[in-house]
Amino acid sequence: MATIETLPRKRETIEQAVIRFAGDSGDGMQITGSQFTNTAAMLGNDLATFPDFPAEIRAPAGTLPGVSGFQINFSSRDVFTAGDAVDVLVAMNPAALATNVADLKPGGILIVNVDNFKEVDLKKAQAKTNPLEDHSLDGYRLFPVELTKLTRLALRDLGLDAKSMDRCKNFFALGMCYWLYNRPMDHTYKWLDEKFGSKPVLAEANKLAMKAGYAYCDATEAFQVRYEVPAAKLEPGLYRNISGNSALALGFVAAARKAAIPLFQGSYPITPASDILHELSMYKEFGVMTFQAEDEIAAMTSAIGAAYGGALAITTTSGPGMALKMEAIGLAIAVELPIVICDIQRGGPSTGLPTKTEQADLLQALYGRNSEAPVPVLAAATPGDCFWMALEASRIALKYMVPVIILSDGYLANGAEPWKIPALEELPEIPVKYRTEREGFMPYSRDPNTLARPWAVPGTPGLEHRIGGLEKQDVTGNVNYEPLNHERMVRLRAAKVAAVVQDVPDVVPAGDPDGDLLLVGWGSTFGPITAALGAQRARGRRIGHVHLRHLNPLPKNLGEVLKRYRKVVVPEMNLGQLLWVLRAKYLVDAEGLNKIQGKPFKQSEVEAKIEETLREIR
Amino acid sequence: MTTTLPVYTKKDFQTDQEVRWCPGCGDYAILSAVQSVFPELGIPKEKFVVVSGIGCSSRFPYYMNTYGFHTIHGRAPAVATGLKLTRPDLEVWVATGDGDALSIGGNHTIHMIRRNVGLKVLLFNNKIYGLTKGQYSPTSEMGKKAKSTPYGSVDRPFNPLSLALGAEATFVARSVDVFQSHLKATLKRAAAHQGTAFIEILQNCNIFNDGAWENLTERDVRDDNTIAIEHGQPLVFGKNKDKGIRMDGLDLEVVALGNGITEKDLIIHDERHLNPAYAFLLSRMDGTPGFPTPLGVLRAIDAPRYEAGMNEQVRLAIQKKGQGDLTKLLRAGDTWEVR
Repeated sequence: MATIETLPRKRETIEQAVIRFAGDSGDGMQITGSQFTNTAAMLGNDLATFPDFPAEIRAPAGTLPGVSGFQINFSSRDVFTAGDAVDVLVAMNPAALATNVADLKPGGILIVNVDNFKEVDLKKAQAKTNPLEDHSLDGYRLFPVELTKLTRLALRDLGLDAKSMDRCKNFFALGMCYWLYNRPMDHTYKWLDEKFGSKPVLAEANKLAMKAGYAYCDATEAFQVRYEVPAAKLEPGLYRNISGNSALALGFVAAARKAAIPLFQGSYPITPASDILHELSMYKEFGVMTFQAEDEIAAMTSAIGAAYGGALAITTTSGPGMALKMEAIGLAIAVELPIVICDIQRGGPSTGLPTKTEQADLLQALYGRNSEAPVPVLAAATPGDCFWMALEASRIALKYMVPVIILSDGYLANGAEPWKIPALEELPEIPVKYRTEREGFMPYSRDPNTLARPWAVPGTPGLEHRIGGLEKQDVTGNVNYEPLNHERMVRLRAAKVAAVVQDVPDVVPAGDPDGDLLLVGWGSTFGPITAALGAQRARGRRIGHVHLRHLNPLPKNLGEVLKRYRKVVVPEMNLGQLLWVLRAKYLVDAEGLNKIQGKPFKQSEVEAKIEETLREIR
Repeated sequence: MTTTLPVYTKKDFQTDQEVRWCPGCGDYAILSAVQSVFPELGIPKEKFVVVSGIGCSSRFPYYMNTYGFHTIHGRAPAVATGLKLTRPDLEVWVATGDGDALSIGGNHTIHMIRRNVGLKVLLFNNKIYGLTKGQYSPTSEMGKKAKSTPYGSVDRPFNPLSLALGAEATFVARSVDVFQSHLKATLKRAAAHQGTAFIEILQNCNIFNDGAWENLTERDVRDDNTIAIEHGQPLVFGKNKDKGIRMDGLDLEVVALGNGITEKDLIIHDERHLNPAYAFLLSRMDGTPGFPTPLGVLRAIDAPRYEAGMNEQVRLAIQKKGQGDLTKLLRAGDTWEVR
């Protein structure tokens, strides 16, 4: 293990810490955060991260819109959120300071790069006075560090130009944080060696900068305390860090393998879904075919073509892309082909907030198509859950011959958590059978249990038949405009989706099985709701939490569970879309907790709503 | 292993569905030609798939006793692409129209052509919207008076062949609904082509745009107004085969044969010419006063096909890395054991 001799310091063991690295979008804050995250994971901490970056690739340097941040909450206990407030803020310039300091805890550690606090930098950040001098930071433990100068000093013998040297200053900051939390650096050494294999001098430069940051903390007497965050007690097993997008990609590869059919992805690049395409395009040895289509519509319709041919077909997008796919999803419903559509939600409407999270596509997923066009809708609760949702959606699509929508969001997509790697035996079976028997073949005959029609793929002798978007005659699939046939087909398609409920497990509330208040959530609000539930129950509140992973059809017993509590609150990152569904379906007087800021809920926000609601009913 | 293919007849490719095109529609002739050609291609019937979009022409799959998919407006090329990429063993034909392929589906059309996906595309061009009952189309001539343009259209039309060639189509041909033997021969050429085979079929809509092509099809004028081009043959046309096309600087010129001008002075048609500019020049003769409209195969070259490249990448990856190991994939990257 690479160690550096350290001066004796006071050591303090703490349960948990939150660090945020904030800088210009060119400062490498995402890499810095990821490195700290991976090291924390290797040390056995439970953790959650929240990368927060601008939509612009390089907004003007030093400006407020150009600030990129990465927050990590690591702990020796279970972690459910990236943390409400931060213990350590690293601010690489005045803009990063201005946009992030409000989240720093009183008395928190604030490390700033003073080299970037010149008049011109302050002006870019629209600061009227220098915050390092105007006493506005008096409530924090401020550590002004000459990060740029010290990094250049550390690298002076490598013969790099100033620009290349300055690119390493984020690793100086990383080294400081490693010192502060007594973390080994070898994991990052290894990563640097791999990343800069062909340019060893850059690996060396970053290592030197990191070591310099570490040594700086050691040598200066400013830092009096080092913290220890021991390993968490996670369920035994083999772990890795995983983001939601990565988990979806792996889940689909696993689903195709379990179904023993090829995986086809039609996709058009869109934030924050593109990483799924990037990742799946690497897995060709699994027979995965990725197709970067000319637009969102072609992404969906090419998937329909692939499903028609017998592949496990998926398409991945975000809200604006969903809007474009809707007509084609209607076609997939009419021709009853299995396709999984992933909507990685972001702030809207229109282009909205491409890199920020939101949950406002629920009603679009449920009802966004012309006519009566229901589909099963699933929602992943955590980054790791995205893996299981990919399998579940594929299983339902193939079993019922129906398009299925998975809702994820920007927070799940980019956020990471330790994920217990499942053994292959733990994966669900996904049996697939193409129709080959000619005897009695009808394109729209149905399985009595699932109402699925047969999957008769082109190339099968004797089963030549025609399908399309025009209304079908029941059983034969011939074009048919008769009034009663149409109503029958509308009802059949709806009944088929409703039949999926037989595969939806009953909900079992977390916390109290009945009581004063039930929190009902879906998607990425799982973390803050779970954290708030634990804290409030510890204070003796009688509350429960149901987190819906199946949003259509809803679990059979949900209506009964809702009635067991005096009050129902639905926290959502929208104006109350699940709330609307629950009120309509169950006639329950539920209330919403709504936040539409492109940011996940804080635990404290959910707790405040719990307290307020309980006060009202008392 | 020897497998004998059943001997097919035209009847094998007819369905029991009542054909719902208007009596007298040019689509009947196209359907008949395709049903005649398919049995002769030596391909098992179950391998044929006909994919269409929306419009009169897109009802085509219902009348073909093959696998068929009537999709949504403009999207047939994209559906067919997804099918062909995953199932390169299939023989996928796309039936589309001027509105379907060039208006609402224009984007998919050019990208299908650009990728050179192995699809055969039959573009029925009747220069009108039929199924929506008589609006002008992107191939309607400027000034077209139709339901939505009572004062005449004010936009310039697309020339489908020029558009396909602009996207560097590897096979571009044109035929006419009523020229049955020419149409069948052209379909056979398309069937043999690897890559996207794009055929514009001039088709008469006798209800909303009757006679749109009669200056090309009527017996007394057709030989003067069209030119049947053939690979390796000089560009000669006219009732008496007395006119030809030759180069004039960067343009084409119509000349009368005789008076010292012989076939040697004319362009010898080369469908394999690599530069699409040549075929593009031919396509621009349409509507140029004094010039004939070209029929036949303008261009037929070999080029990489998307589905071949994609499947080759998969094959090579498996060859190099072995069949993907799921356990290894899930455990890739940094892992740690919690005890």
